[in-house]
Amino acid sequence: MAEYQNIFTRVQIRGPAHHGVPVPGGPWVREGKPFFAYLLGQIGNAQVGPFYLGSLGLASLLTGFIAFEIIGLNMWASVGWNPILFVRDLPWLALEPPSPAYGLRVIPPLAQGGWWLIAGFFLTTSLILWFLRVYRRATQLGLGTHTAWAFASAIWLYLCLGFFRPILMGAWGEAPPFGIFPHLDWTVAFSLRCGNLYYDPFHMLSIVFLYGSVLLFAMHAATILAVSRFGGDKEVEQTVDRGTASERAALFWRWTMGFNATMESIHRWAWWFAVLTPLTGGIGILLTGTVVDDWFLWAVKHGVAPHYPAIYGAIADPAKGGK
Amino acid sequence: MFRFNSIPGLALVGVFVTCIIAVLTFQRPPVDVVSTGGPGIGMQTLFNPASVNKALGINQAPAILPSIDAGPPAGTVYKNVQVLQNVSTGAFGRLMVSMTQWVAPQQGCGYCHVAGNFASDAKYTKVVARRMLQMTIAVNTTYADHVGNVGVTCYTCHRGNNNPANIWFTGVVPGSGPALAESDMGKNLPAPAINGSSLPSDPYTPFLLNHHNIRISGSTALPTGNTASIKNAEWTYALMMTYSQALGVSCEYCHNSRAFNDWTQSTPQRVRAFYAEAMLRDLNSNYMVPLTPLFPAALKGPSGDVAKINCATCHQGVYIPLYGAKMATHFPPLEGIGTTTASAATPASSMPAGMTMTPPAPATPSNGSSLGTSKP
Repeated sequence: MAEYQNIFTRVQIRGPAHHGVPVPGGPWVREGKPFFAYLLGQIGNAQVGPFYLGSLGLASLLTGFIAFEIIGLNMWASVGWNPILFVRDLPWLALEPPSPAYGLRVIPPLAQGGWWLIAGFFLTTSLILWFLRVYRRATQLGLGTHTAWAFASAIWLYLCLGFFRPILMGAWGEAPPFGIFPHLDWTVAFSLRCGNLYYDPFHMLSIVFLYGSVLLFAMHAATILAVSRFGGDKEVEQTVDRGTASERAALFWRWTMGFNATMESIHRWAWWFAVLTPLTGGIGILLTGTVVDDWFLWAVKHGVAPHYPAIYGAIADPAKGGK
Repeated sequence: MFRFNSIPGLALVGVFVTCIIAVLTFQRPPVDVVSTGGPGIGMQTLFNPASVNKALGINQAPAILPSIDAGPPAGTVYKNVQVLQNVSTGAFGRLMVSMTQWVAPQQGCGYCHVAGNFASDAKYTKVVARRMLQMTIAVNTTYADHVGNVGVTCYTCHRGNNNPANIWFTGVVPGSGPALAESDMGKNLPAPAINGSSLPSDPYTPFLLNHHNIRISGSTALPTGNTASIKNAEWTYALMMTYSQALGVSCEYCHNSRAFNDWTQSTPQRVRAFYAEAMLRDLNSNYMVPLTPLFPAALKGPSGDVAKINCATCHQGVYIPLYGAKMATHFPPLEGIGTTTASAATPASSMPAGMTMTPPAPATPSNGSSLGTSKP
């Protein structure tokens, strides 16, 4: 019986390398001679490879590399091609979308947002090709396509922020920059501009699903590790043949909160919470600026934001004669 | 059995050491919490006693000379007195000595005056000092909405330095990079003035010299014509960070962060800051910029512009300069008493040729390209 009472992976299976079932059709085969890596075995399966590249994978990596290069080279140019500054300031550097004055022009001068549009095109192409690759790999292995659709949900949020909403607003300048700190500063600026995104009900939903995902992840992982001493890691078989591990896990939660998920349903909970996080978030983004200009005022209008007593008396806008 | 000489063990030790190093970069407790809003709504601004003590040490008003107000008007005794004409010679001399202590304690009178001919305007520093005197009087007499009864003196900014420590110059025009690749965007580099963020590094030029709209919020829940873009918000956000840095306070000193734009939830300090914006635009465009040709190149910015004023110039890290020491009341001439009535306007004779009083035209596009509206 496997022993999981440790924060790191304890079990490394070492047998003859598994090459997998034959790949049906197509000119591509799995590449590379499989080998075992102890360090990777600490966090996952110790066997590395073989790897299936395929036409979609190749195209996705290629377009992704083009986007990566455009972004990286523009960042490097922004520090005058100084390699030391490039490394030191990397978290601050960015490729900036065009000024809103350019509207939806295709394509603005390269140095003023043109590169941003080109990089965005290649990055989006790369993501969609990777989605198709995940979809096709799943069907060719006879799996369901849950993974592909979960990835599609993330792509949806990415497109809402960088493509759909800018089009609705009439300017590429509404999109976030490609950069580590700059996209975070942009996020705050977005919320400042729209009167506090926390009052956007779809942003609220997205947070519910995000935090809910974390909670479910912790509950499920802890439960399975806790019953692994009884063979509880055979989760899927235990959907129909519960056994003592599954029964104990179920009883634990019924004792604790009166209700328990099943070995099947917990995974449906997890999948939906994860998928709904970017799905609802994207809806919240699309509504912002297009149909709602100020979420705080919207919340006041609909009785969501409470009124607090004014402790300084009447403070009014001095531009309108207030003092 | 857990072993430290295993890879997970080493990883754990590494994480632990990293956390310790991270914790050591934090400010040492305690933290004093000052509530700026109603109970329970989390409007709090935080002060660390160690930082406050440090700030207290360097923000003390200097010793003030005993008051003198005797003798005939300075304008009748000295030549070329243009601003302090009706100030008594006693008060005049006291102010001159004080100004020397505040601005040029090392160089003395000779920093501005030609030895043997104090009336001469040959040194540019004297012409600048006269204009700065007028500026100080203008601040104390016309911007009481901001400076209240505390007022300002030369020392508020200079603190014994020839040039105030906290000044600003115009940055690059965003998008003006010559290359095919993106450069000189005016943001996306570590900006010390903006608390080390990647936000626009020169929010002063559009807002505290030119008059771009700082406000980005609409007044209605649904869209009714507010065309401010997210990029506009980044510039305003950067400006607000400079306020926060200059005053050593957090957003909640003025705002309820749940609704930054709502005046009814703001503190009276926000109204004070509002008047500072108009004041700074006036001081920069009507007092500093016209002096540009006088300054030597070494004191000018990268684009040849004159040093300009922002919140930090006076505040120097504390919410009220010199912790509210009322220096100006000890110097009636700085509050406009005994100065010529036209003191706020520049006498044309003192202005070098080619200088005008009108604010300069904004250096096109002067950040305007990035401040465009989302719906042109």
